[in-house]
Formats: sequence, C-alpha cells, structure tokens
Amino acid sequence: MPPTLAVRNLCIEYKARRGRVRAVRDVSFDLMPGEALALIGESGSGKTTLGLGLVQLLPAAATVTQGGIAYHRADTANGHSAPPQDIDVLSLKGRELRAFRWKECAMVFQSALNALNPVLRIADQFADTAKAHGYLQGGPLQERAAHLLNLVRLDPERVWRSFPHELSGGMRQRVLIALSLLLEPQVLILDEPTTALDILTQRNIMDVLKDLRKQLDFSLIFISHDLSLAAELADRVATMYAGAVVESGDVETIFRSPVHPYTIGLINAVPTLAGTKEDLTSIPGSPPDLIEMPSGCKFHPRCPLADARCQSDEPTPVSVAPGHSVACWHWQTSREALRAFKENATLRQAQGAA
Amino acid sequence: MTELIRLDHVTRTFTVNRHVIKAVDDVSLTIHQGEVVCLVGESGCGKTTTGKMAAGVLGPSSGRIEFLGQDTAMLSKVAFKSYRLGVQMVHQDPYSSLNPVHSVFDIIAAPLRHHGLTQGEAATRRRVRELLELVDMTPPDEFLDKYSHQLSGGQRQRVSVARALTVNPRFIVADEAVSMVDVSIRVSLLNMLTRLKEQMGLAVLFITHDLALAKYFAWEGRIGVMYLGRIVELAPARQLVDEPQHPYTQVLLSAIPEANPDVTRRKRRIELRSMDVPSLLRLPSGCAFHPRCPRFEGVQCEMAVPALIGFDDGSAVACHPVSRARGLLGAPAWAATEKAL
Repeated sequence: MPPTLAVRNLCIEYKARRGRVRAVRDVSFDLMPGEALALIGESGSGKTTLGLGLVQLLPAAATVTQGGIAYHRADTANGHSAPPQDIDVLSLKGRELRAFRWKECAMVFQSALNALNPVLRIADQFADTAKAHGYLQGGPLQERAAHLLNLVRLDPERVWRSFPHELSGGMRQRVLIALSLLLEPQVLILDEPTTALDILTQRNIMDVLKDLRKQLDFSLIFISHDLSLAAELADRVATMYAGAVVESGDVETIFRSPVHPYTIGLINAVPTLAGTKEDLTSIPGSPPDLIEMPSGCKFHPRCPLADARCQSDEPTPVSVAPGHSVACWHWQTSREALRAFKENATLRQAQGAA
Repeated sequence: MTELIRLDHVTRTFTVNRHVIKAVDDVSLTIHQGEVVCLVGESGCGKTTTGKMAAGVLGPSSGRIEFLGQDTAMLSKVAFKSYRLGVQMVHQDPYSSLNPVHSVFDIIAAPLRHHGLTQGEAATRRRVRELLELVDMTPPDEFLDKYSHQLSGGQRQRVSVARALTVNPRFIVADEAVSMVDVSIRVSLLNMLTRLKEQMGLAVLFITHDLALAKYFAWEGRIGVMYLGRIVELAPARQLVDEPQHPYTQVLLSAIPEANPDVTRRKRRIELRSMDVPSLLRLPSGCAFHPRCPRFEGVQCEMAVPALIGFDDGSAVACHPVSRARGLLGAPAWAATEKAL
C-alpha cells in the first residue's frame, strides 16, 4: 500500500536579518492511510513550519530549498469511487493548490480559537467553505454538517445559528475540526490541538478525535509539545530537534524503549501523576539557536554522551528495528549509558551531601 | 511552623459590564513559613485572583488577610511596606514581565536601588551578580548587559525570580511560572525554586493547571483544588493525587493524559453528567459542581453550599456525599490543618 503522504529530504529555510534560519532540515517520513502521526518537539524545533510546508502555507520569508512531498489518494478512499490521485505537492500552483488544501489535506491551526470569522454564523462558515470548493449547497450541506457536528459531540441545533463568540473555546475547537473534515480530506493536520484548553475540555477533544478516527477514514498528523497527547492518540511518533527528525517509531517503542538521548530526556523531564521525584531529570542547557547551530549533532551541547565524533559529524537516521529509526552515533548503548550516567550523578550528589 | 499568611473567608468580586462576578468565594487558606502550597484548577476557577490577594496586589472584597498575625488592611504605612516587600510575585509570561529596553543588570538593580538595599554602585553590582548565581545564571558577567530578547524563555524566568529575590522576601507567589517554558527545562526551573525555598526558608504559593507538576513541586507540601471560586479539596500533595476525595478532583485526575501509552490508554475515566462549564455570572445553586458531578445526590447538593471540612487524615473536602460517606467525622478545615501540624 503506498503512503498517503511521502515526505523526502524536505528542507525549509527562513530569511532573517541575522542570516538563514534552517527551520526544517532534511526531514523524511511516510504517512500511511488511516495512521496518526505525532510530531513532538519543543518550541523552535521546526514542527509547525513542517506542518505549514505540507499544505504550502509557508509565510513569504520561508522557502522550500530541497526535497519533495508526494500525496497519494487511493480510488476507494472514503467509500467514494474517485479516480486515484498522485500529486506532487510542491509543484502545485493557484487553483490546483487551493483545491488540494482542505479537499485533500486540511489543517487546523494553533490559534484555532481565532480561526473562525467572528461576524459569520457557524452555518455561513460551512457554506463559505463549501461554496469556495464547489461542494454541496443548501439542504444536503446542512445534513452533512449536522452529521459532522454530531461526530464532534456538538448539538447541531444549538451551534448552527450561533456566532463564534457565543461558543466556548472547546466548542469552537470542535467546530473547526468538523469544518476541516467537511470536504472529506485524506489528511488532517492539527497544530497544538489542545494547548490553550482546560483539562476537561482537552479530554473531550481527545475523545472526539479518537471517535472520528474510528468512524471516518483519514490520516492524522498532530503537532505538539505535549508528550502525553502523543501517548494517548498517536500510532507513530517522530521527535524533532533543531529542525530534524531525530527519532521515529511506533508509539509503544518510542515510549518504552527510546534510544535517542533527546527522546529519553524529554520523556524523563515530564512529571507524571504516578511518578516519584527521582524519576524526573531535566535536560541541561536550552534549545539551540537555529541560525548559528552547533556543529555535528545539534543535540551534542546538551547531551551527556557527546564525544568528539558528535561534535564534528551529524548522524543520519539509521534503522534500529523495522519502523524504528534514530539519528544518533550512540544509539546502541545510549539507554545503558544514560542510566549509568544518572546513577553516577545521584551517587555524586549523595556523596556531596554526606 | 509559624503561620506566615492567612486568608480568612476571603471573597473577591469584579464588576464587568454591570454584572457582578464572584471570582473567589469564601476561601480560607493558611500558609506557613517555608511551606509549599500549590493551587490547581481550570481557567476561571479563581486561582490567580487568590494568588494576587495573597501577594497583596489585590484587596479582598470581604474577609481578612493576615500577614504574620496582623490584618493587612489595618497595617501602618511602614508595616504595609514591609509586608509588600516580604511577598513577591513571579508571573506567567517571561516575555512580557521583563522590560525589553532594560538590561538584565538594570532589571535586577532597580529594586535594590529603589529600596536602598545596597550602598553604592559597586555593592549593587556585587549583589546583582550574587542573585544571578543564585538562579544558576553563571557566569553572571555574561548576562549582566544582555536584554531580555537575547535570553531564552527559561533564562528570562530565572531573571524574574532573581528580581523577586532582590528584596529578601519570605513568600513568593508563582503564577504558572513554568507553563510558558519549554518542557525540557521546566524541571530544572522547579528544582531551582525548590533549592531556593530550602536555602532561604521561603514559602511558595505555586499556581498551576498541571496536577502532575503540582505533585512534583509540592512533594512535602499541600495542594488545593479550586472550582468556580472555591477550594473544593485541600490535602498533602501526594495524598491528594494518589487518593483524591472530591469528585471534581477525581474527574480531573481521570481526565489527564499521561506520557505513557500503557497507562493513559487503560486509565479508567470518570464521566461528567454534563460537559457545559457554568458561567461565573450564573453560578449553580448549592454546590457549584452539582450539575456536572458524577456523585450528585439530590436536594442537599442542589440547595446547600458544602463547607470545606477537615478530616483526620489531613485532607479537607467540600462535598456533601463525601462527608456523609465518611460519617461526618470532620471538623471545620482550619481545625484539621492545626492538627496536621
């Protein structure tokens, strides 16, 4: 089965006064039909730029300097018998590009709460989108919208005639998710879908997304700094650092046996409800400057395992196991080495205290 | 432990478009010297307003706030100043809480000069360096002349903390102080706060929406859970997370996703009776949680506001069904706190 989205060696740069910002560096991944992929990383890791690049919505200062994005739609997708489509996303222009966005690949942005037009009723927001894409009108549109609104656990009666300001943050987020699925896209990209929301609202959105994936047939990419969201929703996880994917694998592998020191560090840096104080360790230092990036492996200034090779050569992704790849010179020994390092640190601390 | 600050039946209302909103309703909370208390709740629950009142930047609409046993509303000018200096805040957003046209040195030196805490330029410089070292910004000379835009989020927040420490406070109110900082450096910031707390005997009121973070930071301290302006549960940190009593706390804990696929996908979820969050303008009668509460038990919950009742195990819970289930053995919350200490 060909992947829905195949990204190869994608590089995206911003022009800034201080120089070039290499926001996305040589990123490759496949998104299979029906799969949920989580892009995890801290601010400035390039995850949002990558998301914008996939739908060609990059700001003017950014350019794709290298690489390709291939989109494939199977003929049986969503139960429709549309002809299969193979699209080279980077070559799309004008009308074709506008048709590709939303109809094939939809994105819900981080500032989702401001993404709805404040002077249009929800009904009109749906009608606008449908009209612009030559989709259903009138009664059939309303039926389709009601179906989607039900799927995101909203009462269509209540929401349909409302203005965005009459809805709570969680409701607006769900309206947007319903709206993004209106044209039956094969790929839905969610940028920080739950970030500004309260715990109970966040839970509701997560449950809605789980439901939707069971009921509709689409692939999901979500971009988040929140590891727990990935643990809850993703099939596959890709960790990004300084614009590159440093480790990727299925969700169990990434959380149970990660091998990149950054992934390991990130998992250990998040407090859990069941965890003890000793489980937590922070990653020293701070994320790199994207203009004057460190030499070699970009994580080496913060990595306890760094040696001379890490400082001079950047590792490329290698396969650890089928479906699990990592870009680290020390991946074979990283887990044991980090554990030993932590034990030594605790020992030193204990000795220091004594 | 000596009592540092006491909120005694404190209420705060705001008037928005001629509507009166009760942001904080009848909150009583005592914080002792060197103690950590975390306030947890969703947006609009009144945790920030409570923090601001504890810090003295916002007066209560009714109720008393005592600092070292004295009513802060009755303090003389001199005593009020020493109260305000003794209590400092660290704000959520390190991007807007530091003046962008002042260097790190200016930012930290300003309160030192204003309050005459250092004599002469050389002493000020020495003290600023000391403070930067205290918040792990070493070597300090590297940071003195930087502006906030040249610092990372974590470094900015460290400068905020250093600035709060200039006046040798006894109590710090940290409002979502790490929520805007990258995940990988949150823990080191929290560890720094814990170290400072121990070194300087600081009390900390830490406001957050993240229960896991609260448990970690308040390890030896207490956590209070707020809902629509009231404290619904207050207990030792680990106890509150491991054995939550109030249905709202239980719902929150069951809803939180965890960074472990095995745990988070098998977690038992408690369903709410309703997803709608009540408006602060029209608070439900009785217990404000009753329209959504999974343990709703009828008329009493609808009619009577439950008081925060303290139990023998050191927890305090404001819930009728919980009180009934525990045989009404509780005493008013303040009595339990005294006993626990």
